[in-house]
Amino acid sequence: MKYISVMDKKGNIAVDDNILVKDVLSTAGSHILDGFTPLFSAEAVTRLENKGYKISGKANVGEFGLDLLGETSYYGALAEDGKIKNAAAQVVASGEVEAALCVDLGGSPRRAAAVENVTFLKPTYSTVSRYGVIACMCSAEQIGVMAKDAKKVAEVMSVIAGHDDKDGTSDPKEAYDYSLTEDIKGKKACIIKELLDAADDAVKVKVLAYKKKLEALGITVEEVSFGLIPAAQSAWQILLSAETCNNLSKFDGVKYGYRTSNFKNIDDIYVNTRTEGLGLLAKSVILYGSDVLSKGRYEVCYDKAMRVRRVVTESFKKIFENYDLVLSPATSTDSYAQYDLNDAFDKVFSESKYTVLASLSGTPALVTSGIQLLADAFNENILLSAANAVEEV
Amino acid sequence: MAYEIVIGLETHVELSTKSKLFCSCGGHSEANEPNDCVCPACCGMPGMLPVVNKQAIELAVKAGLMLNCKINQYTTFDKKSYYYPDLPAAYQTTQWFNPICVEGLVDVETSIGISKIGIKQIHVEEDAGKLVHTNDSSLVDYNRTSVPLIEIVTKPDFRSAEEVISYLKTLKSKLQFAGISECEEGAMRCDINISVRPEGSDILGVRTEIKNMSSLTSIEEAINKEAIRHIDALERRTEVLVQETRRWDDVKKRTFPMRNKETAADYRYFPDPNVMPVVIDDKWLQEIKDSMPKTIDEQVERYMALGLSQREAAAIVSEPILIELLDDMVSKDIDVKAAAGWILTDYLGILKKNNIQAKDIALDGEKLAWIIKTAQSGEITRNTGKTVLSAVILENADPKTYCEQNNLMVKTDLDLIKKVVVKAIEANPKAVEDYKAGKEKALLAIFGFAMRELRGAGSPDLIRQILLESLAE
Repeated sequence: MKYISVMDKKGNIAVDDNILVKDVLSTAGSHILDGFTPLFSAEAVTRLENKGYKISGKANVGEFGLDLLGETSYYGALAEDGKIKNAAAQVVASGEVEAALCVDLGGSPRRAAAVENVTFLKPTYSTVSRYGVIACMCSAEQIGVMAKDAKKVAEVMSVIAGHDDKDGTSDPKEAYDYSLTEDIKGKKACIIKELLDAADDAVKVKVLAYKKKLEALGITVEEVSFGLIPAAQSAWQILLSAETCNNLSKFDGVKYGYRTSNFKNIDDIYVNTRTEGLGLLAKSVILYGSDVLSKGRYEVCYDKAMRVRRVVTESFKKIFENYDLVLSPATSTDSYAQYDLNDAFDKVFSESKYTVLASLSGTPALVTSGIQLLADAFNENILLSAANAVEEV
Repeated sequence: MAYEIVIGLETHVELSTKSKLFCSCGGHSEANEPNDCVCPACCGMPGMLPVVNKQAIELAVKAGLMLNCKINQYTTFDKKSYYYPDLPAAYQTTQWFNPICVEGLVDVETSIGISKIGIKQIHVEEDAGKLVHTNDSSLVDYNRTSVPLIEIVTKPDFRSAEEVISYLKTLKSKLQFAGISECEEGAMRCDINISVRPEGSDILGVRTEIKNMSSLTSIEEAINKEAIRHIDALERRTEVLVQETRRWDDVKKRTFPMRNKETAADYRYFPDPNVMPVVIDDKWLQEIKDSMPKTIDEQVERYMALGLSQREAAAIVSEPILIELLDDMVSKDIDVKAAAGWILTDYLGILKKNNIQAKDIALDGEKLAWIIKTAQSGEITRNTGKTVLSAVILENADPKTYCEQNNLMVKTDLDLIKKVVVKAIEANPKAVEDYKAGKEKALLAIFGFAMRELRGAGSPDLIRQILLESLAE
């Protein structure tokens, strides 16, 4: 299923179902939000509509956007020919829409863009309002833009980015000028050895091909080592699970969405609604998150993960003292085969190695030509200009 | 053996903000119907983000200043998770790691002198909603959800119920005085931590917590009953004390343990990533300090310097509304001493007699000023003034119109007064006789008759003068 709700067949923007559109069913791919229609639209949606963009509909997503590509949606698996397909990436790749708004939580839209060979920008944390995002990990998730090329991404980004009073973490800057014309000649890029080594051959070929293209544009590319990725992944798993556990608690069958028909008292409503309404991946994340926040575990898990996050962020940002760009795989493979969904939790966190650095540190990431470019916070223009230059060759 | 009671208090107080803690909904006091004052944010809908209410921060800082606390200029908010239908987001935003105020001290006066009570911390948090149970279902009302509260946590410094009660009264008057909280009846909720130990010991005994107390009478009873239970357990081995949470049964007059299930929660606190740390810089802190009303002591000194006695000044300062009224009179060029007399004797007397709370009526300063000025100039008598004030308070009368309609302006018409005096003399032959025989006091009866004839509105000086002249003839 591509759309949870179709709104306008002539619409030019698809919106992932974990981003709210007023009066339109918004499920975030979960049974537990069955029938939930919000009273307001996400700020990014409102800004697009005010500029005359038309929303085509709510694109199917994996439950709360937690999975690899969308395979855990309650409203229908996306796999057809043995491959997992992502709804937003499909409608962008096929040209049905010009662009899609996707929440980059665990890197799902980045992976989707890489395997469908479209462009996706996860901007710097705090540049796009999170007002209207069905939240999981508030400290990291960002709405980003998926489109065919960097130019379209820049156009849509310039509409949705900018300060919003309704989001207390929103950066104060009122508007951003996403330029594609920054001079990239003489810029320095690096490849993180550990990430390249972990990817399969098809992905390695793509990264090395892109390296050649960058070099042809006058960008030097060197190899660096970054040993903190396993630590970053562990911290990521803890922090994402803890925040998600807390944010999904409000889906309790009391106020809206799905409610079990099997109850005698309030405890039954809670337990049975959530048992019946949530999928396995969400439940795994919730259990893991409850554990790392519990008494006696907080200090050794959550608190430590926050400290690791700080160290990883500082170390990662040090790379940008010497380099303007990081060139990296976005995925370990160039297509995802169906897998046993009982393994989703492990699968998601093992794939996080490619996406975790930008997510933990709040820095921007651009997926293009099946690879990923990273830059320091608020340096989207280097990413967009480099990708645009490569596209125009 | 003699025992010492050791008590610490956690007191929840609702802040007098215009809107809720994280959204722009008005307070629940504006609500007429259940779920009148709610929005997607305070109903726990997905997609909403909290934006901190600056006024709540300022009021919490003021509370800290009133209680001599150190203000944490870097303060953060945390999430406390638990499931309950009155908590729509399934977490409460509170301050677990970096509370806004710490290390305060407050003087508490009791029959044995002044005790110093340490304040451990003050933190800001949101209130929960309300459940309404019917025969076959339970309903939720989110009007109160996310209304800002402060929780004031003391050190275990209380040694008697009397100290606790005095502290709560002091707290209430300080919070009301600085406009921090209305402290309405039942809106101050306390959790009481209590233990006992042999006098002279410095080891704390087994502690129990009595939850959710609001009436001062119940608090006093609960402390005394719980202390006796503890002492009995130690002295007479009636039971083994365990650290637990208890409730007060106001009918049976005893505490009882809460179900284990209600107390075993692990709240899984963690910093709220949606609420940026609040930084109260020196400039903002100074602005808050400058906006504080004068303290009670400063107010008393100010009125004494203006000419009030210590007793009068203290009485005025005890109620913010009286301060406002007196300052208003002074600003209208009324002598402070006279104005204080009218306020403390007449105004409060009328309220007391009719069982009215000062805050329940809005006395127009213009009206009171007219009454005082008109009485001072002799156009109405002091007694008439009191009657008029009563009409103003009870019927919201306009004093001037009221006097005219009821013929209360002092009569200075010589012919009229002469007529009345003649009538009074004729009607009181015995008193006239007594007076002439030298009994000065008899004059009062004749005077009183004349005044009654004029419905209390004759000029006393004129009546006396004409009466004396007539009797001398």
